[in-house]
Amino acid sequence: MEPTNTGHPDYFHKVVDCQWACPAHTDVPEYIRLIAQGRFTDAYMVNRHSNVFPGILGRVCDRPCEPACRRGRIEDKPVAICRLKRVAADHRDDVVSLLPKTPKRKNGKRIACIGAGCASLTVANDLLPLGYEITMFEQWGQAGGLMRTNIPSFRLPAEVLDEEIALIVDRGVDLRLGARIDSMQNLLDEGYDAVFVGTGAPKGKELDLPGRRAGAANIHIGIDWLESIAFGHIESIGRRVLIIGVGNTAMDCCRSALRLGATDVKVMARKPRQYFKASEWELEDAEEERVAIVINHSPKRFVIENGKLTGMAFDVLEYDLDAGGRITGERVLREEFVAADDVILAIGQENAFPWIESGLGIEFDKWHVPTVDLKTFQSTRPGVFFGGDSAFGPKNIIWAVEHGHQAAISIHNHCQGKSVADRLAPGVNLHSRKMGMHEWSYANDYNPAERRLMPHVSLKERFKKIDIEVELGFTVEQVAAEVQRCLNCDVQTVFSAKLCIECDACIDICPVDCLTMTPNGTEAELRGRLKAPAANLTQALYVSEPLKFTQRVMVKDEDLCVHCGLCAERCPTAAWDMQKSTILWPQAVDEAEADHKALARTA
Amino acid sequence: MTFMAKPKVRHPSLPKNSLGLTRRDYEGSMSTLCAGCGHDSITAAIIESCWGLALEPQNVVKLSGIGCSSKTTAYFVGGGHGFNSVHGRMPSIAMGANAANRDLTYIGVSGDGDTLSIGLGQFCHAIRRNLNMLYIIENNGVYGLTKGQFSASADVGTQAKKGEVNRQPPIDPVLLAMTLGAPFVARSFSGDKEQLVPLIQAGMRHRGFAIIDVLSPCVTFNDHEGSTKSYAYTREHYDAAVNADFIPFAREITADYSAGESLPVVLHDGSRIVLKKIAPGYDPTDRIAAMAQIQAGMQKQEFLTGMLYLGRGDREFHDLNDMPQRALNSIPYEQLTPGSRAMDKILARFR
Ligand SMILES: Cc1cc2nc3c(=O)[nH]c(=O)nc-3n(C[C@H](O)[C@H](O)[C@H](O)COP(=O)(O)OP(=O)(O)OC[C@H]3O[C@@H](n4cnc5c(N)ncnc54)[C@H](O)[C@@H]3O)c2cc1C
Ligand SMILES: Cc1ncc(C[n+]2csc(CCOP(=O)(O)OP(=O)(O)O)c2C)c(N)n1
Ligand code: SF4
Ligand code: SF4
Ligand code: SF4
Ligand SMILES: [Mg+2]
Repeated sequence: MEPTNTGHPDYFHKVVDCQWACPAHTDVPEYIRLIAQGRFTDAYMVNRHSNVFPGILGRVCDRPCEPACRRGRIEDKPVAICRLKRVAADHRDDVVSLLPKTPKRKNGKRIACIGAGCASLTVANDLLPLGYEITMFEQWGQAGGLMRTNIPSFRLPAEVLDEEIALIVDRGVDLRLGARIDSMQNLLDEGYDAVFVGTGAPKGKELDLPGRRAGAANIHIGIDWLESIAFGHIESIGRRVLIIGVGNTAMDCCRSALRLGATDVKVMARKPRQYFKASEWELEDAEEERVAIVINHSPKRFVIENGKLTGMAFDVLEYDLDAGGRITGERVLREEFVAADDVILAIGQENAFPWIESGLGIEFDKWHVPTVDLKTFQSTRPGVFFGGDSAFGPKNIIWAVEHGHQAAISIHNHCQGKSVADRLAPGVNLHSRKMGMHEWSYANDYNPAERRLMPHVSLKERFKKIDIEVELGFTVEQVAAEVQRCLNCDVQTVFSAKLCIECDACIDICPVDCLTMTPNGTEAELRGRLKAPAANLTQALYVSEPLKFTQRVMVKDEDLCVHCGLCAERCPTAAWDMQKSTILWPQAVDEAEADHKALARTA
Repeated sequence: MTFMAKPKVRHPSLPKNSLGLTRRDYEGSMSTLCAGCGHDSITAAIIESCWGLALEPQNVVKLSGIGCSSKTTAYFVGGGHGFNSVHGRMPSIAMGANAANRDLTYIGVSGDGDTLSIGLGQFCHAIRRNLNMLYIIENNGVYGLTKGQFSASADVGTQAKKGEVNRQPPIDPVLLAMTLGAPFVARSFSGDKEQLVPLIQAGMRHRGFAIIDVLSPCVTFNDHEGSTKSYAYTREHYDAAVNADFIPFAREITADYSAGESLPVVLHDGSRIVLKKIAPGYDPTDRIAAMAQIQAGMQKQEFLTGMLYLGRGDREFHDLNDMPQRALNSIPYEQLTPGSRAMDKILARFR
């Protein structure tokens, strides 16, 4: 293999599994270390830089970082990254003075953002400091999008939402509430320099089965139903409730139903558990509240008696699974009736743009999904951008935030007359953490603590009101233990072949056997010759230049490195060093700075 | 040295031996040697070897004298028995322990100072008695622990760290052991585990005295230019003459050894050492010829390494002295100490 190019910005970034998996590339290990030092405000700001809504995300993020976390490969359970984010948010001081200032003198460019969800808010957050004038149109009387209307307040308290939205809106957004955009044509006619469409995926999917119309009074579309609860239009539901579908919307529906008076709630799933779309922790929370989750039931018809819904008929299915758990066949065993007073449909959402006229140059595919560039988020009409759920269908908050960051870069480039595709590349900085012979400026000792469990409000208390937040947040002791579980994956092992005397010290001391010195070969050959199996092909091998005595190469399997720094401590020649990698993931402000420097050079 | 102990966390798919133990289960306490010391690599090779042979830790006896090298017995097989003797006296302790319990695996670790300077006499007699043990010399050409004085293995002309030149000729433990009739003589290098691990395994399984002289650079006092025991010098001047593959009894030979190049030797327990010739014309079963070739190499500043001599069918200490077939602790007390009347009978034979 060729020597690894560790200067490539993605190389060390991929080693920081959580950061690489986070759509917005939050510097997780850095904020965890700050929490460990009690620097909650700083930890909050590190988060906010990337993910904009740490208080919100610290409660309800989809947390793609956690399944990726290295700790989960060493032990069973990943670091409680998301819960620690909440710790930073709950304990921070006022951050208003730390936020980038909005310049008094504007740059003369006017941007329209449609929708006041997290995607639009991120665009505003990034463009305000650069002098853009932001006008945001929201159909409802409050900002926040689905975070406000669909995520129940027992998971996400309104105050948290209000506070973090205010941190953006109060910096100078011209927010127009109750202002639904009904014609894109009219908006374009107002002459904005760019338009950002952040309207989400507001349409809940229908289930067109016999009885749907006759039973309409007791059949609800999940996301509309949650919205009505959020706005106080619905305050009760029948005693027996069926939820159709087993995604995250279903989890919010079943738990909301319990809080509106239902006592017998069943989530009806078509497939076995391993096919559920809901996150494991949402399922656990629902089951803790005694929601029954019924598998292998396929909805057949709504049963109506005397003009009123009495329940639903299902086909009970049986599946054939192969060794890998894939479904290879299915058959109907029997029909089954399940009695219910209300049925809630939670089988998905779609985006819908009845208000975008044809002929504007904004193209849609045959499923009515807009044609949007994956990198620039520009539609087929220059100057019109999409982001969040409106761009590629429903995802989650953190993806919407990252779309917002990327769209902001494009909007800036577009407004400055640059090509939207021509963007700053990511970068990486490395700094040694060596303090002395055996001293590093990070806690390198492996701590065997197990993942802490989030304490919950008791089952007796939590149903008394709809907005009692169930998760209490970590205690001080829990925080102290959990932060130590992070392996500091951003403190990288950096190797210098010319210093190595091939003494084997690093190889012998490595607790997880990730190092090997061996003759060079193809990647498959090298993987076959390592001291311990390196079966995870998604994790790179770090291959050195040839060593000076034997021309062998030092090979490190990055997969299970616990970043303890023992190789560097043990090396007599400091051929290994521990260096903190800082990933530079450009945002609009970086583009603007680069423009500024380029201007200074030409002047 | 490291201040942080090697954490217990391990690679989740580390292979297990037939006892269900991983390599990590054969570690001992944290090394306090200098970072980069060759001795630590030898410790790692011993750990690997014991794991590979699936030795029961409680059946391993670790013996040593005094020196950095002699400290290393604390760093492997934490569950074994250990004894640090006074300087150069490890063979006496090994002798006594081995006489009392022949069923254990004896690993002696010593230094070039401990063996060839103060302990030379004891070393010679252990060979003469053909004690059933593996004797490893961690050879760095200096007294590391006392800050780098030349030892009896220092070559003529080699320079100390401050420039002083050695004029006295070295004692070569390999040639000495062969002269005294040791049945298993090997030389290796701490930086070559591929060669060293099978040698250690064969040495532990071999019945009778097995010695491995392992070149093991002292990074602190003997790794400079001008030293003939530095990493750089050793890498440049060591030459494998015969490599050995150790094949435990249960495992089939899978590799394809071309005839004439390799020679399988069956040990008493059915395991095999397959000798692979590398140097042309070298015969590890011909003691006289092998000694001549080793000496000729040394004259050219070449250290031949590997399985340098393997004799056959030698009788070890217990056979030579008609010792009981079992460990003394398994012999009934009355038989072991037959009393004063039996003693009188024995003494009467000398009257
Ligand atoms: C029940 C449910 C639970 C969820 N739970 C989670 C969770 O726990 N974690 C997570 O990360 N994600 C969750 N999601 C997904 C997440 O809420 C969305 O992915 C995210 O809100 C998308 O943000 P957005 O800015 O693209 O759009 P939205 O949040 O949908 O915001 C769009 C905004 O645009 C407004 N709007 C739409 N059309 C117009 C118009 N024509 N004119 C003016 N305004 C308009 C809407 O009123 C809305 O305020 C959940 C979704 C649902 C349905
Ligand atoms: C009877 C006695 N004499 C001298 C010493 C001092 N001493 C301690 S270690 C040592 C030499 C050790 O050299 P070596 O065996 O080569 O071990 P190394 O430290 O080089 O591994 C000496 C002379 C001693 N401990 N006891
Ligand atoms: S151990 Fe820490 S740095 Fe590593 S992936 Fe997990 S949270 Fe991120
Ligand atoms: S400890 Fe240092 S000098 Fe020794 S092999 Fe490792 S990198 Fe090379
Ligand atoms: S002084 Fe030399 S022999 Fe002793 S531990 Fe240090 S490097 Fe090893
Ligand atoms: Mg020595």
